Parts: sequence; C-alpha cells; structure tokens
Amino acid sequence: MSSPAAPSPADRPSLVALFRAFAVVSLSGFGGALPWARLMIVERKRWMSAEEFNEAFALSQFLPGPNVINFSVVFGARFGGAPGAAVALAGLLGPPLAIVMVLAILYARFGGVETLSRILAGVTAAAVGLLIAVVAKMAAPLFLSRWNSGPVIAILAFIGVAIMQWPLPIVFAVLAPVSVGFAWFKR
Amino acid sequence: MNDSPLLALAGYFALLSLFAVGGANAAIPEMHRIAVEVMHWMSDRQFADMFAIAQASPGPNVIIVTLIGYHVAGFAGAAVATVAMCGPTCVLAFFVARVWDRFKEARWRIAIQAGLVPVSLGLIGASAFVLARTADHNIYAAVITAITALVGFATRINPLWLFAAAGVLGLTGWL
Repeated sequence: MSSPAAPSPADRPSLVALFRAFAVVSLSGFGGALPWARLMIVERKRWMSAEEFNEAFALSQFLPGPNVINFSVVFGARFGGAPGAAVALAGLLGPPLAIVMVLAILYARFGGVETLSRILAGVTAAAVGLLIAVVAKMAAPLFLSRWNSGPVIAILAFIGVAIMQWPLPIVFAVLAPVSVGFAWFKR
Repeated sequence: MNDSPLLALAGYFALLSLFAVGGANAAIPEMHRIAVEVMHWMSDRQFADMFAIAQASPGPNVIIVTLIGYHVAGFAGAAVATVAMCGPTCVLAFFVARVWDRFKEARWRIAIQAGLVPVSLGLIGASAFVLARTADHNIYAAVITAITALVGFATRINPLWLFAAAGVLGLTGWL
C-alpha cells in the first residue's frame, strides 16, 4: 500500500471545521463512533483516503484506551498540532457528555426506563449492521490489493477474538509482530 | 465503602485506560468486575442499565465511565472518571502521533503501520461479531442488522434514517 502525499495546506481543515466534524461524528455515533468517523473523514470531507484512514485507525487501536478518542487526537494532531488534537477531542467528547449527564440525572430519578430499553434494542441492532458495513468497506482495499499476508492476519485476528475468545491483548501481542514482520520483508 | 470514592475512581480508570487495548467495549468486563464485584458501587442490573444508556447515547461508548462516576460521586465523580479514562491515553496518543509523523518515510514505520492494519481490521470485525451476538437475540433484530449492513455498504443513504426506523420498530415491542 503506498501512502499518498501529505495533504497540502489548502486541504487542511480549520480548527472550527475539525471541531464541527467531530461533534457531528459523535452526535451521530449511536453504538460507536467509528462508522461515522469514517463516513465523515473519508467519504464526505475526503480529508483522508481509505488507506490513510485504515492506517491512522490502526495506530489508534494499537494505543491503549478508547480507540475513537485516540483517533481524534491522532487525527487532530496531524492536521492541526496540539490545538487540533484538543479541538477534535473536545468536539468528540463535549456534546455526548452533555447528553449523557442529562440521561444520568433522569436515570438517578426514575431508575430503569422500559421505553428507552425497547428503542435501544432496535437502534443497537441497526448500529451493529452499520459497524459490519464499515468493516467491509475498510477491508476492501486490503483484500483487493495484490496478494499479501494481510487478509490471512485479519482473519486470524477475527477468529482468535470472536470465535476462540482469547484475551485481546494476547491475540494482539502474537499477531502484530508477525504481521509487521511480513510487511518489513515484503518488497 | 471506600473513604475517598473520587480517588478510587481516578486510580481505577487511569489504570484501566492504559491496559484497555482494543477500546472501551473490550474493557467492559473489567469495569463490571471493579464496579460490581470489587467496589460494590452498584448492582448487576444497574451496571447493565448504564451500559445500555451509554450505547443508546450518541458518542463514544467510553462515556459509560461518566455514568459510573456520576453514580458513585455525582458531578465530581463523572468528571474525575472521564478525565482519568481519557487523559493519560490522549497524552500518549498525542506524542506517539507526533513521533509517528516525523518518521513518515522510515522503513520501520511503514512496516509497523502496514502490519497493524490487518490486525486492527480483524479486531474490529471481532467486536462487530460479539456485539451482533448480544444485539441480535431474535430473528427480527438479526434482519435489521443485515439490512443496515447491506444499505450501509452499498448506498450513501444517511444511516440515521435506518437507526430511526429501527428505534421505532423497537418501540412497538417487536424486538
């Protein structure tokens, strides 16, 4: 996979644009923000190519802590340094925090909410579907490129965590060095 | 009860965040162990409700720690838990990103990056699989998942419409 050149200054989003993009991502992000982050950054704004997004997200996942939070920092830092990272993070966390605090207060007052859990059952089912669609889109460049070890590694990681239910850090610790080794010797 | 719940919240979540490779959902079992079994901050049922509220709210699923913090120690607890969970890893991510971009052309960097992509993809696929198994507890829910996946992959329709429709179906009690 060849990485295209870094974005020219003209393509760089302003701080306001960064904040708004991540706020929209987080406010749309029912059941996880990854699908929405990809939709916004790759498909709508075209700030990154599909390959660049995969690479930046893989880095965020390799770091400990919440992936999408890390991603906002990695992405913001790349496009706007420290202010960019802070602004992207604030956009991602601010609006949902305000909403969830309201829900927390309602929950503390009224306890379990039957109506909410019903609506939730439907939304969660759809959210999983959207996540599957995004996995398929992210997999496309990997599986369609010239033969390499990528698809095999991806399938092994999937089987290890989803089917065998091995601890995630162990699967990661075994597969990541192997995969990086293949990438190192690939010409 | 612990004498200083704020300190306990800060300590646990800061530690947890540094070990939570694979994101908030991967850390859920450990949060459950601490909040319910070790610290007795809440009941099993309350924890499940909080997970559901975090999932139902827009935004990153990590905000479940905000809810736990609020439950334990009000607004101060919410703030402390959120900052503890996000702060250390954000600082780390920032510096790694800086170093990363500086070595853009280095062969080791290109190899690590190319090598991490397939592993990451497999892990996201696995979390989709695990979430599908919990969410799709009957055939109607599975059909909604399948339709959303197809529409999301093949069209450019805003998925919020599908979410709204699925929420209404859920409200009718079908799921």
